[in-house]
Amino acid sequence: MKMHLDEKIWLIISFGMIMGFMFFTGYQTFVLGMGPPSEMETIDPQRVDETAPFDEPGVYQIGENEYEVVMTLEIFSFNPGEIEIPAGSTVHFTMTSKDVTHGVQVAGTNMNAMVMPGHVQRITQTFREPGEYLMLCNEYCGTGHQFMATTITVK
Amino acid sequence: METARNISFTEKANKVLGISPKDAIISKSYLLVAFAALLIGGVLGLLQGLNRAGLFNLPTWFNYYQVLTAHGLLLVLVLTAFFTIGYFYAVLSHNLGGLLPKVRKMAWIGFGMKIFGFVLAVIPILLNQATVMYTFYPPMAASPIFYIGLVFIVLGVWMCAFGCFTQVANWRKNNKGQHVPILSYFATGVFVLLFFGSIPVAIEVFMIIPWALGWVETINVLVARTLFWAFGHTLVNIWYLTAVSAWYVVVPKLIGGRRFSDMLTRVVIIMLVVLNIPGGFHHQIIDPGIAESVKFLHVFMSLAIGFPSLMTAYAMFSVFEKTARKKGGKGVFSWFNKLPWGDVRFLAPMIAMIAFIPGGAGGIVQSTNQLNQVVHNTMWVVGHFHLTVGTTVVLTFFGISYWLVPFLSKRVLTPAINKLGVIQTIIWTTGMIFMAGAMHWVGLLGSPRRTSYTTYFDNATALSWDPYLFFLAIGGTLLMVGIILQVYAVVYLMFFAPKGETEFPIAEVENHATKTPYWTEKWGRIIVIMLLLIAMAYVIPLVEMIINAPPGSPPFQTW
Repeated sequence: MKMHLDEKIWLIISFGMIMGFMFFTGYQTFVLGMGPPSEMETIDPQRVDETAPFDEPGVYQIGENEYEVVMTLEIFSFNPGEIEIPAGSTVHFTMTSKDVTHGVQVAGTNMNAMVMPGHVQRITQTFREPGEYLMLCNEYCGTGHQFMATTITVK
Repeated sequence: METARNISFTEKANKVLGISPKDAIISKSYLLVAFAALLIGGVLGLLQGLNRAGLFNLPTWFNYYQVLTAHGLLLVLVLTAFFTIGYFYAVLSHNLGGLLPKVRKMAWIGFGMKIFGFVLAVIPILLNQATVMYTFYPPMAASPIFYIGLVFIVLGVWMCAFGCFTQVANWRKNNKGQHVPILSYFATGVFVLLFFGSIPVAIEVFMIIPWALGWVETINVLVARTLFWAFGHTLVNIWYLTAVSAWYVVVPKLIGGRRFSDMLTRVVIIMLVVLNIPGGFHHQIIDPGIAESVKFLHVFMSLAIGFPSLMTAYAMFSVFEKTARKKGGKGVFSWFNKLPWGDVRFLAPMIAMIAFIPGGAGGIVQSTNQLNQVVHNTMWVVGHFHLTVGTTVVLTFFGISYWLVPFLSKRVLTPAINKLGVIQTIIWTTGMIFMAGAMHWVGLLGSPRRTSYTTYFDNATALSWDPYLFFLAIGGTLLMVGIILQVYAVVYLMFFAPKGETEFPIAEVENHATKTPYWTEKWGRIIVIMLLLIAMAYVIPLVEMIINAPPGSPPFQTW
């Protein structure tokens, strides 16, 4: 099949662009450790309250400027509801759902993860700037979905 | 020999006399349902847009989430499926010498099953017993009637797929060694995808029904979600492939040109069919329970689809330039003026193609891991599919309707309706720029999708999104005007336009075109490659999800 030179150039650029995207995505994921939240640990969704660490949800300091937030999600709230941390803290969230699928997102950051019943989800976020961050549920979970939100106060 | 001569006689008669009334009524019925769904779905969309902007309160007996579920079901399932089937059955009838009586029967049975299934699915939505969105993720459990309705819709689609395969197989038997005409080749690709792509969702629904009925206590939430997206992702590309068929074959004819290389067109179809299904995890990039390496593989498969689309982009602009220069077009860009911008049959699909430049680019960007994490489940995604499906696909469908409907009704497109169509296209484009533009922007700021109007207890960040949502409402209002004009045009062309013959526009290949190799006709081989790729993408993660499954979830009704 005869192809014009400009078509060949176009297709090579197209191919190169897609490969470039793949290269950067792979580099960020596997070399820089910036992969998407993909926790493999599972949990019995009907026994969340009795399973550690979710039997005691809360904010725990685990190092200098480092916190772990153990969080359960259920319609239509986050537990713990209020989170307060100093500016510059790195927060490791460990989350699961007690009922349906939820999504947790903090507006103004890259923190965004699905939280599903039966699965533990982990995501880490550093809050450098002080302020009030809006944390909301971004997966439709029922009538009160639009009220499922809380704030993270960074001082 | 005798039958062969008969076939070619009926084929010729079909071309000269136009579509037989028995075939025309099938396509007309499908198109009428499609545009009725557009009208109702559009009204529901407007209600949502106004609610989302805080301008309008929906009553408790028909709340935002019910409206949204119905809007999704009507537009992503009914409008697109009925249009696609109506269009391709007209293609099969026109290309292949009229539909066989048994194929006609299959199309009608499929029609009946889909309508029956749709009615079953809509009743619980109206009763607020299936407010689960068209994605119906377990463990939200709708009324079992809703899922039974979905089963009938899928069976109806399969009936039409087998009708297409029967028709094409019969033509090939009578025309040994010949290539299936290009639009029927597109139809084959689309129905292969419709059939194989809907198998995962059928399995999912059969998992859900005993659970929703209470016969089984729990369900594997992640497996259900994964099966849904194996289907959902494919569906998106089925619409796209349908639109692409008109770009490659119909648009060149309308502008007075020849179509791009037959071989390359068929290669693009094969690539879209083969690469399609194994990409579904790009909807699940931030899900737990799926390894990073598997997600990376699916991102690769998803981006690979970008390649045939970039081939298409080249092909289209090459045809435009060649045709315009033949008509005396000059300069680097001024040949653009030689294109028939005043002809809605060209204008609508042309804008559709242009919309796919930002639409496709946005798709590539949001499929990559880290960028996906920024926009997943935000209004950005809603903006993305209103640009791709709502503009690229739907505007192409609108463009098709201005010749397909009069072709079927043996009427003609009048200059007045053409003008109306041009105005409609401009209104639609403006509306989408406002709506999809605002959605993309506010999504980047973090505003979530599928959420009724809220300020999150007067949160300052959430309040700052309101101006963008207001633009969304303006766009939505314009789109409603566009829908009314479009539905009027379809009804007029179907029942009231002056009688006459309308041509089914199919462009010829270039005179010196190289011969297409016959391997492109070996669908068995293509399907085997497709199944191998699907297995590569899905077997390991699905086995993993089943073997390492957590205890399942009971049903919840959270609305």
